[in-house]
Amino acid sequence: MSVSSDLSKDELLKAYRMMRTIREFEERLHVEFATGEIPGFVHLYAGEEASAVGTMLHLNDADYVATTHRGHGHCIAKGVDVRGMMAEIYGRKTGVCHGKGGSMHIADLSKGMLGANGIVGAGGPLICGAALAAKYKKSGGVGVCFFGDGASNQGVIFESLNLASVWRLPAIFVAENNGYAEATSSTWSVATDNIADRASGFGMPGVIVDGFDFFAVHEALGEAIERARQGGGPTLVEVKFSRYFGHFEGDAQTYRAPGEVQKLRDEKDCLKRFEERVVRAEMLTADQLRGVHAEVKTLIDSAVTEAKAAPLPTAEDLLSDVYVSYP
Amino acid sequence: MARKITFSQAINEALSQEMARDETVIVMGEDNAGGAGSPGEQDAWGGVLGVTKGLFHKYPGRVLDTPLSEGGYIGAAVGAAACGMRPVAELMFIDFMGVCFDQIFNQAAKFRYMFGGKAVTPVVIRAMQGAGLRAAAQHSQMLTSLFTHIPGLKVVCPSTPYDAKGLLIQAIRDNDPVIFCEHKLLYSREGDVPEESYAIPFGEANVVREGDDVTIVTYGRMVHYATEAAEKLAKDGIEVEVIDLRTTSPLDEETILESAERTGRVVVVDEANPRCSMATDISALIAQRAFHSLKAPIEMVTAPHTPTPFAGVLEDMYIPSAKQIADAVLKVRG
Repeated sequence: MSVSSDLSKDELLKAYRMMRTIREFEERLHVEFATGEIPGFVHLYAGEEASAVGTMLHLNDADYVATTHRGHGHCIAKGVDVRGMMAEIYGRKTGVCHGKGGSMHIADLSKGMLGANGIVGAGGPLICGAALAAKYKKSGGVGVCFFGDGASNQGVIFESLNLASVWRLPAIFVAENNGYAEATSSTWSVATDNIADRASGFGMPGVIVDGFDFFAVHEALGEAIERARQGGGPTLVEVKFSRYFGHFEGDAQTYRAPGEVQKLRDEKDCLKRFEERVVRAEMLTADQLRGVHAEVKTLIDSAVTEAKAAPLPTAEDLLSDVYVSYP
Repeated sequence: MARKITFSQAINEALSQEMARDETVIVMGEDNAGGAGSPGEQDAWGGVLGVTKGLFHKYPGRVLDTPLSEGGYIGAAVGAAACGMRPVAELMFIDFMGVCFDQIFNQAAKFRYMFGGKAVTPVVIRAMQGAGLRAAAQHSQMLTSLFTHIPGLKVVCPSTPYDAKGLLIQAIRDNDPVIFCEHKLLYSREGDVPEESYAIPFGEANVVREGDDVTIVTYGRMVHYATEAAEKLAKDGIEVEVIDLRTTSPLDEETILESAERTGRVVVVDEANPRCSMATDISALIAQRAFHSLKAPIEMVTAPHTPTPFAGVLEDMYIPSAKQIADAVLKVRG
């Protein structure tokens, strides 16, 4: 079996490291959240890694990404500092947002990360603006909006799809259909068979891709992003897959079928499929992959240890950074 | 050199001068040019009331018509601002914030704080507000206080062509999100406006009229009604100080309190509905911080707690009048 011909061994290793980092980050948060030390709401991305990484390998710091409440994976893949993210999730002063954003608001504009977002669908208009700025400045950049099957029913997503087409923006809309909006199945809440079917209503191509397959995502997003960069306008890509954890941590997931997640982990897992494929194609060795895995584990261990030991924000932080200036 | 132009022309001039000065300034909104994709004239309207007319041809590619999608394009303006642009988006009627408020108060207002001070969102959202056009309940509201409530937003309500130009220039140069509220009945009002560019700082109220007997605190169109009442009362020897807030966030507390302490008698005039309004906010400020100087209870003159009615006879009763203001002054004077 061959792998995508345009990916070098270094790129494959990079992709694997990113996906493995996301998985370890999320699996570890699942464990740590249960101890009660992490405040607030946490929505985990485990199982969906191929979507973030398959997309982000095509992007650079001049490209913008808007993501969702389930945004850790996109942030890691876009290059946001993993230690800073962990500290942020623990509500520490050393966090990427100084402990004032938390899991749902991790952002780093210097990396082109416009933020995770606590409002479902809100990234659509924002990424239109990012893409408009790129087009106006002729920076060659694109904007990518990740949103879920729940957000696919939000009015502002429809408005954004239409606006992106009308203004012919270098924007890509990635609908991550993980099957559930909170506890409601997308087979019930989305009136069309596929979210991608809606693309024709907004004058853009609609593409469906297997989200458990890194190579399929990488290829589909590569085409969409290149088209946008060349001035060809927006694309709606629907990535179909599932999440391994609940809507939020603490969700007992009684709406799911017994054994559903275990079956996905056994039969579909994007990391396992990636490993099997690159080893069989003799692009990477099992030893190389084990090496990456070990390094990632060490990174996440130290990120958690550091975050727990990091200082808390102070009273001054409560009042700072509301405005750039305010007399 | 100053010459007389209208409030509407003053806004247009501010936009034009800032677009000439800074290439990152762009203008967008429904029919802000008008005629996009249509067989007739481009720049057909220049906004529904013609405020942006002429900019389309003067600054090619920088005045964008939008689909009728306020959530979409107000959010796009916010996103573009976070990515290095200085967009001025026109919401047309402020009442339409109902379909795009998320992008204003959950996104623009909160980026800087949520992202630990790393975001700058220099967006201006222009919207017309206020009653008096027989436009009924969904096109006549005064919603200043709703925006003023939100930390992260700055809120501007100019009352004259001079202020409209200077405050809009400041709004465009400002690095925080600004809600720029234009009273629709002020657009045709004329006043002296310098040709050259100038910025009026936020948070500095304008004492329109000095007086030692009673203080009126107000903003927007009501400044003119308050002045009318004050001039009438002056003939009877009552000297009223009229304070035009200019911006409700930031709020010039110092000027309000200094005047209230000096006169000891205060009328707050607000065209908006009374509950949780600028009127109650300013009354609370004075009651908390200048209570011992007060010689009479604070009076509020506001619209009633009703939607804006359509029929002219009702709308005229709804909008605070110069007579009501004068009566309130006489009441606090005792």
